[in-house]
Amino acid sequence: MAEYKKPKTKAEFDKNFKQKKPLMNDTEAFYEASRCLFCYDAPCIQACPTSIDIPLFIKQIHTDNITGASKTIFDSNWLGNACGVVCPTGVLCEGACVYNHQDVPPIQIGRLQNYATNKTIDAEKVIFKVGESNGKKIAIIGAGPAGIACACEARTLGYDVDIYEAKDKPSGLTVYGIAPYKITNEEVLKEVDYLQKQLSFNIKYNNAINSKEELAALETNYDAIFIGVGLGVTRHLGMDGEDKEGVVGAVEFIEELRMKQHEIKVPAKVVVLGGGNTAMDAASEAARMGARKTVLAYRNSKQKMGAYGFEYDLAISAGVDSLFNVTPIAITGNGKVEGVKFAKTEMVDGKLQTNMNNTFIVRCDMVIKATGQAKQGHLYAMIDDLDLDNKTRIKINDEFQTSNPKYFAGGDAVNGGAEVVNAAYDGKMAAQGIHNWLNK
Amino acid sequence: MIDLSVNFGGIKAPNPFWLASAPPTNSGYQIMKAFDAGWGGAVWKTLGVPVVNVSSRYGSVNYRNTKMMGFNNIELITDRPLADNLREIEEVKKYFPDHAVIASLMVESRAEWEQIIKDVQNAGADGIELNFGCPHGMCERGMGSAVGQEPEVLKTIVGWVKEAANIPVITKLSPNISHITDPGLAAVQGGTDSISLINTIKSIVGIDLDSYAPYPIVDGKGSNGGYCGPAVKPIAMHMLKDLAQHPEIGKVPLSGIGGIETWRDVVEFILLGATSVQVCTAVMHYGFGIVREMEAGLRQFMEEKNYNTIYDFAGKALPNVTEWKHLNLKHKVVAEINPDKCIGCDLCYISCDDGAHQAIALSDDPTNRIPSIIEENCVGCNLCSLVCPVEDCITMVKKDDGTESLTWNERTLNDDIPVTFDDDRAGGKGHFVPTPQDALKHRK
Ligand SMILES: Cc1cc2nc3c(=O)[nH]c(=O)nc-3n(C[C@H](O)[C@H](O)[C@H](O)COP(=O)(O)OP(=O)(O)OC[C@H]3O[C@@H](n4cnc5c(N)ncnc54)[C@H](O)[C@@H]3O)c2cc1C
Ligand SMILES: Cc1cc2nc3c(=O)[nH]c(=O)nc-3n(C[C@H](O)[C@H](O)[C@H](O)COP(=O)(O)O)c2cc1C
Ligand code: SF4
Ligand code: SF4
Ligand code: SF4
Repeated sequence: MAEYKKPKTKAEFDKNFKQKKPLMNDTEAFYEASRCLFCYDAPCIQACPTSIDIPLFIKQIHTDNITGASKTIFDSNWLGNACGVVCPTGVLCEGACVYNHQDVPPIQIGRLQNYATNKTIDAEKVIFKVGESNGKKIAIIGAGPAGIACACEARTLGYDVDIYEAKDKPSGLTVYGIAPYKITNEEVLKEVDYLQKQLSFNIKYNNAINSKEELAALETNYDAIFIGVGLGVTRHLGMDGEDKEGVVGAVEFIEELRMKQHEIKVPAKVVVLGGGNTAMDAASEAARMGARKTVLAYRNSKQKMGAYGFEYDLAISAGVDSLFNVTPIAITGNGKVEGVKFAKTEMVDGKLQTNMNNTFIVRCDMVIKATGQAKQGHLYAMIDDLDLDNKTRIKINDEFQTSNPKYFAGGDAVNGGAEVVNAAYDGKMAAQGIHNWLNK
Repeated sequence: MIDLSVNFGGIKAPNPFWLASAPPTNSGYQIMKAFDAGWGGAVWKTLGVPVVNVSSRYGSVNYRNTKMMGFNNIELITDRPLADNLREIEEVKKYFPDHAVIASLMVESRAEWEQIIKDVQNAGADGIELNFGCPHGMCERGMGSAVGQEPEVLKTIVGWVKEAANIPVITKLSPNISHITDPGLAAVQGGTDSISLINTIKSIVGIDLDSYAPYPIVDGKGSNGGYCGPAVKPIAMHMLKDLAQHPEIGKVPLSGIGGIETWRDVVEFILLGATSVQVCTAVMHYGFGIVREMEAGLRQFMEEKNYNTIYDFAGKALPNVTEWKHLNLKHKVVAEINPDKCIGCDLCYISCDDGAHQAIALSDDPTNRIPSIIEENCVGCNLCSLVCPVEDCITMVKKDDGTESLTWNERTLNDDIPVTFDDDRAGGKGHFVPTPQDALKHRK
């Protein structure tokens, strides 16, 4: 079990959050690339949500055509560099690699991808071309992966693009939410900077679209609008004591961690509530910030957790303890958190039941709620005729168009929370959808 | 009791593993080190009037992650004074009297031949090898492959040498010729005691994409080099076989050279008639130590097959290497895929569909990518089994019952061969091929 010292400097922080998929060197990339079989109609391509021609870019790496490899990657996925390291490749491309059937380690597709794009970005190679201007304008709400991908694609199609972003940095949860051991802030921002330099879309920072007037202005000034606002803040649980000092939402906790790194303080004992990937990340992160005890508490069994097995394993290897079949019923303490009162749960006739006769308290100084993000319902309510599903996700058709024809949407706002790669795909396809619609 | 010693046309050595005349045999230091490591013989780097070399000198063909699959050089013969080499030959022989030290020679005039032969004999060389192979530099001066390509000249020089020499003479042949038996026969007629082959093949291994010069680049220019290493082994073995099967040439001992690196290579060369082997590139790549793997493997092979000496199996493959016209046309194999081993890369599908006979079908079950053989279309070409990345996943299964045999030769004698352009007796008559338009079926 790993023991992490509280990081006091940037160097100590970087050590505790050592990159899981470090950059390959030339030799490693060459050898790894040489293993690819160049499968016919390759299963890895089929497993990539953006259908990158993986054997092609691997062969290009192998023949030292790094720029060509990057082109192949970005042609399918505008966030090819970030995706190389943040994608759950084990369940996507690498999970489909035929070598798995031979009990041979699959090709490290993600790291090869990251290797190629990193080199091209560092060399500032110009590989994209802005489309000939068609005089039309697109507004994008949210500079997350979905918004950035939509902007890039729209620029290649000749549209002017303005992105309205609530925060002061681009790329949404990639920079604010993803675990720091998957990608560094610098690397995330470097990619967006590279794209923006070549494709010249505008990002208006600190510019949240929050009112009907602002929406009306967009509708007047733009030919189409893309909604890529992702999800919102951590959902309120409505539990006793939830407002005590020391109770934080996971996304808020992680955002602060990403921005302030070693400057934030994590106390000695932390309880993380939830069983999804965000919970695993938050628990891992608390442990790496030097919490002496981090307890992951999930209301159902281990098998029922939403998180990927490898994310759970990563948390455990960081020294996290776990509790299953427990549900929090109150947060105790006097103004400040002192513990979480749990009740045991059990499956009865296929339904999870809470046994209020079997309760106990876990002492702690901090509670991280990784129990899901709220949707941006307040914003959607201000848009005329915008249909949502029963989970407050925006409904779209095959062209990524919403029920209000001027609005298109993609990413977490539509799928309810998936991966960067899905958002990147949606953004790209939505731009094509807009193009098709405006050229009907 | 296994005895690896050889008597190669009068040259005795404790084993058949010899170093070919090349950089590893540049000096007495290297040869002593090699003998100490286990090599049984060494052909000294070719002696003659010392040359001036260029820098750089080598290029290579790397395949995937395999370095030096093919190797190319533009080096000439020794650039060291003859006296130094002679002194070192003497010293090596003092320490290793039972090992074979063979002096490779290349000079121009008869007088030079006679003088240098006397010199190396006095130094104690066990034999002489005539370098008629070098395909770069030396041939421009009328030596090396320039002689190897002119059987008459070759025969004359071998004659001079035999007259002058009282130690055994090996003639080393160049592969840069259409029929290796022509210089081979000339060497035998000139009186050579034995033959070694192959020397390097004329080659260009690559062009630099910035300077537009061939590798190795010497101040912006390059020249053709001599190609060797694992890539040339198939060519060497074919030439060896041609000599070994020849009624006259086959009578002299043959030393196999070209791409030998492992014990398997050694055994294959011996099976094709070699009774000593010479190695250069593999030593240049890995050092003298590789001889341990060769010797251990050869001994194990001989133990398992119950051979005492290499002469017990030398040439054993020769009767099975025949002309195409004697192959059995009734033999029939088809590919079979082992679904438990298949990993679903579908390389066999695409190779057969694009590169062979459209005899493999993709799976229509999206959860498994295991393709299937369309037996009636399969011609048994092997391509899929060669392409398949999984060991023993695609096997070629015999379909004939082994009772029938009919060769092209026999069909010719029976007057039963296709003779007109649309003859019904052709092999592909009635064989399935898709229509040309089927190629565009999947077009969007
Ligand atoms: C903790 C955590 C860990 C994750 N780890 C991974 C991972 O390892 N790998 C992976 O692939 N994915 C991961 N994800 C998921 C991934 O980050 C998201 O799927 C992806 O970022 C979604 O992109 P998006 O563009 O739809 O939304 P977001 O990334 O959420 O971006 C939305 C953007 O819109 C802005 N915005 C919101 N409202 C407004 C408004 N009204 N006006 C203007 N701007 C607005 C936001 O500030 C933000 O910049 C993780 C998510 C979380 C929460
Ligand atoms: C199975 C096979 C059949 C061939 N048949 C012909 C042929 O009919 N006519 C011809 O000119 N060359 C033929 N070749 C030689 C090729 O055209 C080519 O010259 C040779 O294979 C070298 O190129 P490569 O290394 O790309 O294979 C054949 C090669 C192969 C492998
Ligand atoms: S499945 Fe694996 S081996 Fe096949 S093309 Fe993809 S990465 Fe290469
Ligand atoms: S042996 Fe040749 S013809 Fe038969 S399936 Fe394989 S590739 Fe096709
Ligand atoms: S080449 Fe071999 S592993 Fe690949 S699909 Fe064919 S049979 Fe299966």
